[in-house]
Amino acid sequence: MQKELWKGNEAIAEAAVRAGCRAYFGYPITPQNEIPEYMSVRMPEAGGVFVQAESEIAAINMVYGAAAAGVRAMTSSSSPGISLKQEGISYLIGAELPAVIVNMMRGGPGLGTIQAGQADYFQATRSPGHGDGRMIVLAPSGIQEAADLVAEAFDLADIYRNPVMILADGMIGQMMEPIVWHERKPAELPPKDWAALGREGDGRTHFVTSLRLQSAENEVFNQQLMGKYQQIARDEVRWEAIDCQDAQIIIVAYGTTARICQSAARKLKQEGIRVGVFRPIGLWPYPYEALRKLAEQDTVRSVLTVEMSLGQMVEDVRLAVCGVKPTPFYGRTGGMIPETEQVADQVHQILREVKA
Amino acid sequence: MTREIIIAGFGGQGVMSIGKTLTEAGLKEGHEVSWVPSYGPEMRGGTANCAVVISDEPIGSPVVNRPTELIAMNGPSLAKFEPNVLPGGLILVNASQVEQKVSRQDVKAYYIPSMEEAGKLGNFKVANMVMLGAYIKATGALKMDTIAQMLSHIFTGPKAHLVALNIKALEAGAAYIK
Repeated sequence: MQKELWKGNEAIAEAAVRAGCRAYFGYPITPQNEIPEYMSVRMPEAGGVFVQAESEIAAINMVYGAAAAGVRAMTSSSSPGISLKQEGISYLIGAELPAVIVNMMRGGPGLGTIQAGQADYFQATRSPGHGDGRMIVLAPSGIQEAADLVAEAFDLADIYRNPVMILADGMIGQMMEPIVWHERKPAELPPKDWAALGREGDGRTHFVTSLRLQSAENEVFNQQLMGKYQQIARDEVRWEAIDCQDAQIIIVAYGTTARICQSAARKLKQEGIRVGVFRPIGLWPYPYEALRKLAEQDTVRSVLTVEMSLGQMVEDVRLAVCGVKPTPFYGRTGGMIPETEQVADQVHQILREVKA
Repeated sequence: MTREIIIAGFGGQGVMSIGKTLTEAGLKEGHEVSWVPSYGPEMRGGTANCAVVISDEPIGSPVVNRPTELIAMNGPSLAKFEPNVLPGGLILVNASQVEQKVSRQDVKAYYIPSMEEAGKLGNFKVANMVMLGAYIKATGALKMDTIAQMLSHIFTGPKAHLVALNIKALEAGAAYIK
């Protein structure tokens, strides 16, 4: 297989088309504009639908419509635009519709900046819209992984009838790296016998809605959702642990930040410091168990979390580590990206404090 | 061996294009590569830059804070990035645009009048290729042949004559490296 250079946003769009996405709805915002741009050309070629909607809210509701008709549908945006989509995401969850949503995060709050950020972690993992909903959240740290996860996201959405988010940062969207387009074996997916395509001879009305006015009925529905989420939390945990065995310090980071931390770990290794990098690939469900086991090792002095935020994922790290080791935090935010040297300095400081 | 390169200048000087060519050539020669553009507000009417990593091991951070090499196409870019170049590193200055000299003593500097050289070839658009030729000669990071092959794939049909022009531009830049 030949390696090809792809820009993150374009690779994500192409991966979606290859995964059978045939409906894309979006509204422009930096740093993800190459996704709609690419889709505007590629979707018609693939026999699909591309609409530049009048707003982010319209786009997510078009996704709802296409998904209700059984089509693989997707939208993408960046932080402020994703905030606008929250209501629609909640409706997708409430109607149990599969869809893929890409968030190329930028620095907030408000309109913020167009540079990379990771401050939408809470929104994605804790509260995708209102209600008791959950959403699978996948966080690529390179272009190959971004393309691979998009394909997986569509399958997961169909399997669990739930929206799935690709949570990346502007850097992933803008950078170019070589990737290989793998032939994927089609996953075994449940039939979409719920899709609103008419009765199709089965005599049953296909009715897609998130409205359940009877509270008792709505509670039962929520409990069913919870059952689904428990299954996801058990079966869909994804992470990578790099040199974490017998490490003195474990750094936890995702996306672009994980790449920076790997560079820092390599630099520290040359100084004789054993640093591991624990990289959650799925942010919900979170790899609590795996991280806890690694943190419990006798060699580990501290578990450092690094993010492009003022401390969001660190709350999950603390839930995982559960007080058995110190869990310091280092973050740059507002569109600033942590430097390799700065991460290495944090580790030096932690080791000084441990010795003192 | 890991090379972390920053290429910086005005929008329109072919800064992104130098970076993409280096990245593509690195990939063709079997290296690990990454390319990151600046896409900030400074792009509008100001400076543009990109960061390229070419390495023999998997690339960690694609973000370059301490470049091993800098190609500075204009004065503001030299002023901004000169302090960040690693000791023992390399700075290639586009002398057609930049009046100031590199002040640091712990880096190697070359001054290439890329516009004049491109002008001699009858096409100012290849000034960036002059700089690229100097970079390849100065570092030995990549083979000139790899770039030449890529050019023959990019410029075909009625544009085929541009292959020879671009190769001449690369050679003109290389000639400044002693």
